[in-house]
Amino acid sequence: MLLKRLTEAAGLPGIEDEVRNLIREEVKDLVDEMRTDALGNLITFKKGKIDGPVVMLAAHMDEIGLMITYIKDNGLLNFKPLGGIDPRVLVAKKVLIGPDRVPGVIGSKPIHLQKSSERKDAIPLSSLYIDIGAKDEDQAKELVKIGDGVVFDTKFSEIGEGCVKGKAFDDRVGCAVLIELLKRDITLPLYAVFTVQEEVGLRGASVAAYDLDPAPDLALAFEGTTASDVPGMKEHHYSTSLGNGPAISLMDSSLIANKQIVQGIVEVAEENGINYQFRRTNFGGTDAGRISLTKEGIPATVISAPCRYIHSPISMMNLNDYNSVIDLTEKYLQKIAKGGFSK
Amino acid sequence: MKDLIKRITEVFGPSGQESKVVELIKAELEGHVDEMYVDIMGNLIAHKKGPGKKIMFSAHMDEIGFMVTHIEKEGYLRFTNIGGHRPWTLKGLRVIFDNGVIGNIDCHSDTKPNELNYDKLFIDIGAKDKAEAESMVKIGDSCGFYNSTLANGQRMIGNSMDDRIGCVILIEAAQQVKSSPNDIYYVFSVQEEVGLRGAKTSAYRIHPDMGVALDVTPTGDTPEGAKLNVKLGDGTAIKVKDASVIAHPLVKNFMIDVAEKNNIKYQLEVLTAGGTDAGAIHLTKEGIPSGTISIPCRYVHSPSEMVDLNDVKACVELVKGMVAIDIAQILD
Repeated sequence: MLLKRLTEAAGLPGIEDEVRNLIREEVKDLVDEMRTDALGNLITFKKGKIDGPVVMLAAHMDEIGLMITYIKDNGLLNFKPLGGIDPRVLVAKKVLIGPDRVPGVIGSKPIHLQKSSERKDAIPLSSLYIDIGAKDEDQAKELVKIGDGVVFDTKFSEIGEGCVKGKAFDDRVGCAVLIELLKRDITLPLYAVFTVQEEVGLRGASVAAYDLDPAPDLALAFEGTTASDVPGMKEHHYSTSLGNGPAISLMDSSLIANKQIVQGIVEVAEENGINYQFRRTNFGGTDAGRISLTKEGIPATVISAPCRYIHSPISMMNLNDYNSVIDLTEKYLQKIAKGGFSK
Repeated sequence: MKDLIKRITEVFGPSGQESKVVELIKAELEGHVDEMYVDIMGNLIAHKKGPGKKIMFSAHMDEIGFMVTHIEKEGYLRFTNIGGHRPWTLKGLRVIFDNGVIGNIDCHSDTKPNELNYDKLFIDIGAKDKAEAESMVKIGDSCGFYNSTLANGQRMIGNSMDDRIGCVILIEAAQQVKSSPNDIYYVFSVQEEVGLRGAKTSAYRIHPDMGVALDVTPTGDTPEGAKLNVKLGDGTAIKVKDASVIAHPLVKNFMIDVAEKNNIKYQLEVLTAGGTDAGAIHLTKEGIPSGTISIPCRYVHSPSEMVDLNDVKACVELVKGMVAIDIAQILD
């Protein structure tokens, strides 16, 4: 399953090679052109059967994780976060380190040894370390290097009624959507761009749209986004809800969505009886924000599959939502292939 | 000028929804410039052709506002911010939507002012339930402050002086400048309040030789006010720096020279926070010498922003004085 292959691969900000290689293999027979730019963005182009409008689809290859920063005398490893990570989710997790996927565990002090005051607060990042079972520094250095990336050791699987669980849904889900769309019969010229370093500041997307020729007329970014329909949240705090369909962004911290695109997507959803929702919070930035400010500006928005528990070792997604993101986007692209897109 | 200030500050235009401001400005500039167009992002660009180098002025059309995120079953609207507000200034305020629906903001009754945040605030549009509310507004609709702009002598109070007053200055200047040695672009930009976005793409397209933003700046002249040099009524404020830009020395000194030679009352402004369109313009392509003409304004980002008309007029004179000089001489 594509989602399983993509989400179990390791792809940290700046160390996206494994994911990029995997995607290259998946799409090489589906596209007319493919290249990797200076920052590592994988840019693919499918000519289509008509001249335009030209559409750029984007999803980021990187996931949040850790980087090894120091190897101690006793063989334990210090690390720093790559992207936004809640330190409370780290303790006692299994991880995989570097290109050789060396297994490790994030250590924690057993409850027996904690003072009562220590139990009240989250353990700060600076007190956490990774244990790979090395007896000293020399043995550790044979297995890992400073600068190695660390991902959570999480297997993908189906769960419950039509749901899946796994890591890196933000944003391998978006990557999977792009790959599936490349397999569909879409007549307009299509860029599928797999970006780098989104989690550390939308960096790949800042340059990804700059030298596309022909230039895109509009851009859609795809995300696995926060579903906050969980206990402890009031309904008016929900960002998106699992099972309620694709979430269309109106605004986030990087973007005010283009109204023509949003209106067009909503019309297509209503015409085809596809459930949809709006992403109802304005926090978080996306690749669409950076793409929209490229050169003279590119109209853009984001379509997301709601995912619970993102930026943690495990997330959950509803497969109907995921499939609907693909179907809705395909139908929207067919609509503008016929009817055009006015900026 | 008072009439124009009143009309332009009362027009609806939160970030991303600037088209009514565009229409007003277009009508004012008709016949005064050589061409006008709206670009992909929605910026209005008014071009007064001249033989020399390109100078771009930018004032932003958008105002801070709110966006509906959720409709309660009782018909109340939950919302998020567009741009920076202080939540404790919001209770009791009136807002208006693009379609004319009005509402007022209130909060959960057990909330202390210093605990107020967006989660505890709501808009009441007088709908009796969710269905009626949904017939009036939709999730994703935005609204802005709804106040009358008023004058006491030379002082005017209203919402959205930030930055419609900058737009007024560019309109007045464009109406008065009949010819210039420079190629002038008056840009009325979008989405400044959410990150200087319109200025970024318009500067890329125009690629000017010099960039000048016009925007409001807070003053330090209120009781127990911030330690700021700028005073209301002390003239146009020539920016030295803020969080987004250090004014290019050539541009800053050009402004000072023009002010001194033309007897325009000016003050220097150093701001530790905040940003203007110049922050985006000066980092375009290989870099563009840029500065900012600031309009002193009390209570910035509140529903009652106050400006002094003499300061506004001084800003108009400074723009006119700048475009009268060939900027090629300044940049050499």
